[in-house]
Amino acid sequence: MSAHICGDYKTSYKEDMVLFQTRASKFWLVVFLVALYALPPFLGNYTLYVCNMIGIAVIGALGLNILTGFTGQISLGHGAFIGIGAYASAYLVMDMGMPFFIALPCAGLITALFGMVFGIPSLRLKGLYLAIATLAAQFIIEYLMVHLEGITNGVLGKMVDFPSFMGFTFDTDLKYFYLVITLAIIATMATKNIVRTRPGRAFIAIRDQYISAEVMGVNLFRYKLMAFAFSSFLAGVAGSLWAHYVSIITPEHFTIGVSIQYLAMIIIGGMGHVIGSIFGAIFMVLLPEVLRSISGGLSGHFPMIVNLFAAIKEGTFGLIIIAFLVYEPDGMAHRWQMIKAYWKLWPFSY
Amino acid sequence: MDFFLQLLVSGIVVGSIYALVALGFVLIYKATGVINFAQGEFLMVGAYVCLALVSQLHIPFWIAFFLTMAVTVVLGMIIERLALRPMIGEPIISIIMLTIGLSSVLKCAVLLVWGPNNRVYPQIFSQVPINLGPIVISQVYIWSVGFAFLFLALFTLFFRYSSYGIAMRAVANDQQAALSMGISVKKIFALAWCIAFLVAGVGGVFLGNINVVNVSLGFFGLKVFPAVILGGLDSIPGAIVGGLIIGILEAMTGGYIDPLVGGGTKEVLPFVVLVIILMVKPYGFFGTEEIEKV
Repeated sequence: MSAHICGDYKTSYKEDMVLFQTRASKFWLVVFLVALYALPPFLGNYTLYVCNMIGIAVIGALGLNILTGFTGQISLGHGAFIGIGAYASAYLVMDMGMPFFIALPCAGLITALFGMVFGIPSLRLKGLYLAIATLAAQFIIEYLMVHLEGITNGVLGKMVDFPSFMGFTFDTDLKYFYLVITLAIIATMATKNIVRTRPGRAFIAIRDQYISAEVMGVNLFRYKLMAFAFSSFLAGVAGSLWAHYVSIITPEHFTIGVSIQYLAMIIIGGMGHVIGSIFGAIFMVLLPEVLRSISGGLSGHFPMIVNLFAAIKEGTFGLIIIAFLVYEPDGMAHRWQMIKAYWKLWPFSY
Repeated sequence: MDFFLQLLVSGIVVGSIYALVALGFVLIYKATGVINFAQGEFLMVGAYVCLALVSQLHIPFWIAFFLTMAVTVVLGMIIERLALRPMIGEPIISIIMLTIGLSSVLKCAVLLVWGPNNRVYPQIFSQVPINLGPIVISQVYIWSVGFAFLFLALFTLFFRYSSYGIAMRAVANDQQAALSMGISVKKIFALAWCIAFLVAGVGGVFLGNINVVNVSLGFFGLKVFPAVILGGLDSIPGAIVGGLIIGILEAMTGGYIDPLVGGGTKEVLPFVVLVIILMVKPYGFFGTEEIEKV
């Protein structure tokens, strides 16, 4: 591609906001999407399973990135919100007999409602205090998931069927892949677009300096709640997809550990970058799988390693978070930009 | 009435350990402005180190207890130097995540060294209970309350009278001014982490003597949040009062409400209290209110 641009030739604000800055980026995106839809039939079930988990995680991570990365409101309760989406969808489909494609957005809306309720304290609380308030939300929702047995079936877990649409059931990994990936692409495009609209600019203004944002006429309460709503809506959709994929959900699937994992995703991927959510989701889903295959390979030599797997996973997770925070605080999205910038003028970088 | 008093006593015991852990927590927050999500893991490490010294190396308990204190201080120093110091000036969320990562690493280290099974301390305190009127208290409870209050008193005196304690309060108050008065802020940060690890470790030793020792001791750290929010994030008396109140509240709900609804309320009620406090009085009983000026 010789069509690389060597400088900024934009003359209007509108040009700067264009989604696809170059024709090349549009081209590669199309190539990527075509590959995404064309390749799966040639992949094994395990690979497809991992891809589905990544797709679901991308949707959840996009939600958290809107709230934490773009609006600067730290949430330690994202796992619980995903749980609300999962249970809402399971209840609507299994107990109320609602079709999946209506239940999915409904689950998102119900979660958005919960998110807004727990977002109300954010008007008075900032930073650390808000983090602790969302931590409390996490524990309270977990308690409700265990004790509202009429809806959630408590610790025994709730069975959920595969989704079906007009007699077509998404009952294999491959069929589910197309469902998940389509929704993940829609979520990514939606987030990309929200970020460059008025609410998106208001979110960023709140993150960067909320006092100046308020002075400029951004209604803090309204936009913070909106960020909570968007974020939880995506969490709810991710939860719904997850519930129908794994087919049995228990409160143990939505603990504080999940919330932390999602936070790790956006930190490792890059906060405040849409592409960061995707990188982070891929990284955090692949990490345990890679570790598992390594420890499986080593178990011939060190039989002990299977027992220690949980500990090793936990420790690697912690070390990677610390390493990223200390050495690459802006995450993989930043590294990606550096790589792109390097190749822009290659081989005449100077 | 007897039942009530019994609950009150066990609430005070657990509450005093909460207060100890909360003390370390508040100290770190006050001196360095960091919320430490690994405080519970500090407690767990303290419990395991002392247990290993007692049951694997057969060192008498009291010597092991003081050795544990030394080990925790050193660990606190290492953690501050390697993980926390590069983070000075980073945004809050990074620091929160760093301490969460730290807690994972500590949990992993404990699992690798000691395995996932429950462990118990050999019997150290006499099992003959002491009768105080209508209520019966086991000796380990009395020891742990005694030590918790001893440490709380020692540190209160330390902050009030020793030059290091005064330097710490100065740093907490205004880092720039403290620096210009010749106080080494780095040294104070390290000291804060050492003391926090130390008090959590002591709490862990006693909690380990009361209950079994396993990795879930780390969850204790999360329960300290309601205590510190209730007392005020940056107030040492607040940590003590908040710890005791949350401990008693937990024991009472455990005794009276849990049998009615089938368990679990004890764990969640402190967090409900937390949300209410945050809504009504965000800076707790004794915390200083931050006033933001443009």
